[in-house]
Amino acid sequence: MRTANGRRGRWSLRALGLGYLTVLLLAPLVVIFFKTFEHGLAPPIEAVTSPDGLHALKLSLLMVAIAVPLNTIFGVGCALLLVRHRWKGNAVIDSIINLPFAISPIVIGLSLFLLYGTKGWFGPALSEAGIEILFSVPGMVLASIFVSVPFVVRETVPVLQEIGTEQEQAASTLGANAWQTFRRITLPAIRWGVAYGIVLTTARVLGEFGAVSIVSGQISGETETLPLFVEKQFTNFNTAGAYGASVLLALLALTTLLAMNVLKRKEDA
Amino acid sequence: MGITVEGASKRFGDFQALNDVSIDVPNGSLTALLGPSGSGKSTLLRAIAGLENLDGGRVLIDDEDVSTKPVQKREVGFVFQHYAAFKHMTVYENVGFGLKIRKWEKDKISERVHELLRLVQLDGLAGRYPSQLSGGQRQRMALARALAVQPQVLLLDEPFGALDAKVRKDLRAWLRNLHEEMHVTTIFVTHDQEEAMDVAEQLVVMNEGRVEQSGTADELYEQPANEFVMTFVGEVNRLGEHFVRPHDMEVALDRDENSEEAMVQRIVQLGFEVRIEFALADGTEIWAQLTRAELQKLELREKQIVYVRPRQTKVFSGDVPSPDGRGASTPHDRKPGDGNAEVSAAV
Amino acid sequence: MEAHASTAAAPRGSGFRLPWVGAGLGRGTVALYLSVIVLLPLAALVSQSFEGGLSTFWTQVTSPQAVRSLELTVVCSLIVVVINAVFGTIIAWLLVRDEFPGKAAVNAVIDLPFALPTIVAGLTLIALYGNESPVGIHLVATRAAVVVALLFVTLPFVVRAVQPLLIEMDRDMEEAAASLGASNFTIFRRIIFPNLLPGLAAGVALAFARALGEYGSVLLFAGGLPETQVSSVFIRSQIESGNNTGAAAVSVVLLVASLLLLAAISLIQRWSSRHERSTSGNAETGLTVMPMSGMSPTEKEVDDEDR
Repeated sequence: MRTANGRRGRWSLRALGLGYLTVLLLAPLVVIFFKTFEHGLAPPIEAVTSPDGLHALKLSLLMVAIAVPLNTIFGVGCALLLVRHRWKGNAVIDSIINLPFAISPIVIGLSLFLLYGTKGWFGPALSEAGIEILFSVPGMVLASIFVSVPFVVRETVPVLQEIGTEQEQAASTLGANAWQTFRRITLPAIRWGVAYGIVLTTARVLGEFGAVSIVSGQISGETETLPLFVEKQFTNFNTAGAYGASVLLALLALTTLLAMNVLKRKEDA
Repeated sequence: MGITVEGASKRFGDFQALNDVSIDVPNGSLTALLGPSGSGKSTLLRAIAGLENLDGGRVLIDDEDVSTKPVQKREVGFVFQHYAAFKHMTVYENVGFGLKIRKWEKDKISERVHELLRLVQLDGLAGRYPSQLSGGQRQRMALARALAVQPQVLLLDEPFGALDAKVRKDLRAWLRNLHEEMHVTTIFVTHDQEEAMDVAEQLVVMNEGRVEQSGTADELYEQPANEFVMTFVGEVNRLGEHFVRPHDMEVALDRDENSEEAMVQRIVQLGFEVRIEFALADGTEIWAQLTRAELQKLELREKQIVYVRPRQTKVFSGDVPSPDGRGASTPHDRKPGDGNAEVSAAV
Repeated sequence: MEAHASTAAAPRGSGFRLPWVGAGLGRGTVALYLSVIVLLPLAALVSQSFEGGLSTFWTQVTSPQAVRSLELTVVCSLIVVVINAVFGTIIAWLLVRDEFPGKAAVNAVIDLPFALPTIVAGLTLIALYGNESPVGIHLVATRAAVVVALLFVTLPFVVRAVQPLLIEMDRDMEEAAASLGASNFTIFRRIIFPNLLPGLAAGVALAFARALGEYGSVLLFAGGLPETQVSSVFIRSQIESGNNTGAAAVSVVLLVASLLLLAAISLIQRWSSRHERSTSGNAETGLTVMPMSGMSPTEKEVDDEDR
């Protein structure tokens, strides 16, 4: 059809949009790569591979290893429930799941802090049982789970809606029981949506900062994840360490972006 | 407002959608662009509207070259196959859209919109949204919308393609009546030859980006310019080089000097007419169209051996250009007993 | 729980039951999970905020510093969503309607703020606009820093909310409007924009919620000065000074804002689907469609039949 806005209009729109993107997103990213390796490769690598740095990395990965599978199983089950079974309360469940999208991570951290703190509802009982939630790994795990609850559900629901129930019904008429139908029909059909949700969950957990910073107490070498390590290094004027760990996290983020794109294409195919 | 297209060409990437197409649409006429998918008919229509830019050639509306005019200025009414209803607006707002942007006064708009809604028999539904209408109603709304701004030309792109068979037939008749009342130069695109023959005064048959033939339904049917037109417009049997219309197949119980042996495969009663499917001795499958009376006289049964003979056939010899430049083959009418005539020179 | 929930034949339209468990048990598990993970902590938060009664709550929330931080946060967030509403739409338009080299890469990069940890975002902004800025712009510890950081983290919300609507849009409507004489601007104003509005509104609402609560990227970049302290940073400082009630009170204010925004998004989506019969099952199941970097197709499959 007619060229929208004509050539001049098209180019000025491109300049506006792409220019904004470059300035806002790309420029900072490029600059940090440069800044990090300003004085060579050694300082950032040293800082990141220091005992505290390595521990932070390990702790971050531990968070992922626990939170992601839990939220995946929950996510798929919940999606099945929401899509395949009509119920008045579904809207409520749906809203609760959306909460972590809209609530500040500080608020999340604080709420956990209050629940499991020394004056909280669960705090005293749990510490008497010898379970420490705050300032140790369990609390951080809970925070990681809280902030990443929605992703798998949100990505699986539309896929489930789209594939409809016909295939599953066909399987039933052929004699498959519920588990077989799920494993052989439903799961393969939703796998890319679920995979995408897993990638988003992982990225969220890796990057979580505010909530975990409150519940963990940021004890170096003990309860510091990689993002917390970045902050601690920076405030201690150890910019090499901060930037080095940041670059590591940025690389992980770019890997996430890559995975997201690959999966998007797989879903379209 | 007659429309003329001269030498239109358009390609999409590697695909040549229009290849030197020229047509003439007289003022006030109702013309059909008929052809299979990919023939270029929609592209041609959209080029006339200004929704596509031609690579070569020009479009004239009322003898004025509008090839460089944007669609907004061409004053063409366009109706889409899938209605293109403004789904966020009511029926009233849809129909009144063209008037609103021309800054008509509110009460004038109201007058005209209601007039049109009455015309298309949608009055009373002015406050509804398109999603609340049936397909046929939506298309009538689209027509009203296009007519509201009094276009010089009305263009319809497979307007009934998305509708049920019954609704399609109704709207066909309705379009014809509308045209008789309003006499706006109208062109519509279809791949349904029955629809084209039923509605249009003039048909333009297109194939692979070229015009194969244009004329009245009768002309196309009786004097097809080439093999394609003959097979596309109307039903046809092919016997070697000869093309025979089913109603030109004579069926007899006795052998005749020019008839061939055939076995009755199937007798299908289609209302008034009867369709008889045969297999010839060499396996060729053909069919003949008879009236019930004829069928009763013959008392045919399945597996019966009878003798068929075409009353007249057409043969198209290739590579002989005809004087008007249409199609590459020249039709010959053959009567039985002509024998094997050699390729004759151009007529 | 309804009687028809568990072992009786599933209601029409749902032909499948969860493996091994009835829907009832499934719902119980989901409810338990969500309660432990999400609801109980939030309940504890609300409870703490009212520990000293309504008057203490009020005092805490109206303390000068609290008010200043809330004001700053709200104002900056509003500015940010307006800017990103415009630019986000432009970028979504470019991604859907335009062709240029590297478009696929640009489409991928949009999600960067989703994938990048907020603290790293803050550091990258410091690297670019801090004291050693290569472009000579120094924004650290200014209000502008807050705005820039929030622009960074909220851009994808708008783009990803508008994009699917643009892709789905029936181009025929635009051609029809053109054939009726509408100029390009009119087409955008009367045809395209109204159809984008629901997505844009939802994207803006989500972006606003995100901006209100943003912490990691503003913490270091905007600094901790009272003039540049957003609410999340203020809450943090209250926790550190041991004022749990105060922190909880302001948190509750933010929480209420978040809930209202989520409700708004839900309403917008219900309102927008009044024009169409159920599209993505939205109207059927009543589940919200969150505008995030979802698996929206980058191109619509168009039936380019007879052109």
